[in-house]
Amino acid sequence: MHLILFILFAGFCLAGAINLLLQSHPINSALSLIVVMVSLAVLYLLLGAEFLAAAQVIVYAGAIMVLFTFVVMLLNAGREEHTMGSRVARSVGFPAVVVILGVIATVILHAQGLGAARDTDAITGTEELSRVLFTDLLLPFEVTSVLVLIAILGAVALASHGGGERTGPK
Amino acid sequence: MTILQFILWSLLKVAVVTTVMLLGVAYTVLLERKLVGRIQNRWGPSRVGPFGLLQPLVDGAKSFLKEDMIPTGVYKPLYLLAPILALGCALITIGVVPFGEPSVGPSGMPLFQISDVNIGLLVILGVTSIGVYGIALAGWSSNNKYSLLGALRSSAQLVSYELALGLSLVGVVLRAGSLNLRVIVEQQATQGMLTWNIFGGMQFFAFFIYLMAAFAESNRSPFDLPEAESELVAGYHTEYSSMKFAMFFMAEYANMINVGCVATLLFLGGWTSPFGNLIPPPENTLVHALFPIFWFSAKVFCFLFLYIWVRGTLPRFRYDQLMNFGWRILMPLAILNILGTSLWLAYHGS
Repeated sequence: MHLILFILFAGFCLAGAINLLLQSHPINSALSLIVVMVSLAVLYLLLGAEFLAAAQVIVYAGAIMVLFTFVVMLLNAGREEHTMGSRVARSVGFPAVVVILGVIATVILHAQGLGAARDTDAITGTEELSRVLFTDLLLPFEVTSVLVLIAILGAVALASHGGGERTGPK
Repeated sequence: MTILQFILWSLLKVAVVTTVMLLGVAYTVLLERKLVGRIQNRWGPSRVGPFGLLQPLVDGAKSFLKEDMIPTGVYKPLYLLAPILALGCALITIGVVPFGEPSVGPSGMPLFQISDVNIGLLVILGVTSIGVYGIALAGWSSNNKYSLLGALRSSAQLVSYELALGLSLVGVVLRAGSLNLRVIVEQQATQGMLTWNIFGGMQFFAFFIYLMAAFAESNRSPFDLPEAESELVAGYHTEYSSMKFAMFFMAEYANMINVGCVATLLFLGGWTSPFGNLIPPPENTLVHALFPIFWFSAKVFCFLFLYIWVRGTLPRFRYDQLMNFGWRILMPLAILNILGTSLWLAYHGS
């Protein structure tokens, strides 16, 4: 049952990713990316990481991709033209991709010895996850949040320098 | 329990719950028309059946029989996908909602809940956030400026208010120490109404924030700017007709019911009696099992009544007021509520 579901959703994931590249319309690409995100969430669920799966759907599929589609809709971006790519890209790019994939695959296989992932030996539940996050990994967690805060402040600073008219009374 | 039994029982539960939900949607529409009618000093629908009770069925038949127009300018795949997405997401949510005591039915199958997920609350939030696409894609694929404006308004509104909505629920989760909806209900059910999260749990502000955010999330008045008739014709579903329009309509009312269910579970003690142990539990097994369902439905009904009452009373917000209210008032209030609840819990020691 696990195996069937894994193959099914891994297939969805790959199909979505390939479709993302092949589509000529930005909104179709954005929707394929959502398919990828949701199938990844299902794969997390199969590993017993239900909190991670829910977070993946809420944050990536529900918030970030909404903003993506929002921007595509707002700019009303049209259909893009397919080119066949330059000759350099075809002659160098494809072999390079194959080589890189091969290197990554061998490294992973050597590092882990090709074991099947079990859902018993990892920290997956919401409670254990938050305990680790707020005790052992507190410093990295807080540093990350400061990083995000800096990004927000930067966005606000950039937007307010634009000098656009204020909307509505305070 | 074999896997075949599990599948059969699950299918049965899904069929029953979906039927009840769709009937609920149909009669919520009637309730709204009746109540808004009374608020405006007229009768509302009264011709079809006694008190207009058959009106929803006739309306449904009418939607089916109407001509299904697909305008030539639309982007067809997404135009057809959008209503399915909207209604699908609205109907999935009920799958994790517990509406009765955790009694065990025949062959070890829990009745009164389709599936007991231990991250039930997050599942509801996740499905709701996917529901945005139904509206966004409908507006975009219609190739109509009113639809597009409605969809843009709607997605901006949903993304903004989802934040306040999620944050307002954190206080409740902190008190229960779990994301499981059953645990959350049982935690507040010990002394009846006195220990409900909204009263005894001191989550009054959280309830207020949730209420406001939920009105905005389901595109209801006073935050119904995505379908403001005076500016946008009908907003994102301007180009839809017949059953496709009806699907958006049903999704809106199903979302109202979902919001009512979540509010009932998180703030109003779920399926438990408001009088706690003052009323002794009934002896008869059947009555004992159905009593919680009565309380649950009664609470959801009160919430829907409030929803419609607000719609009949308040005028529509302006868009900048809506955004200011969400980001400058509700968000900080929600964060303060989390802070206050955490301090209170730390002081009392859980």
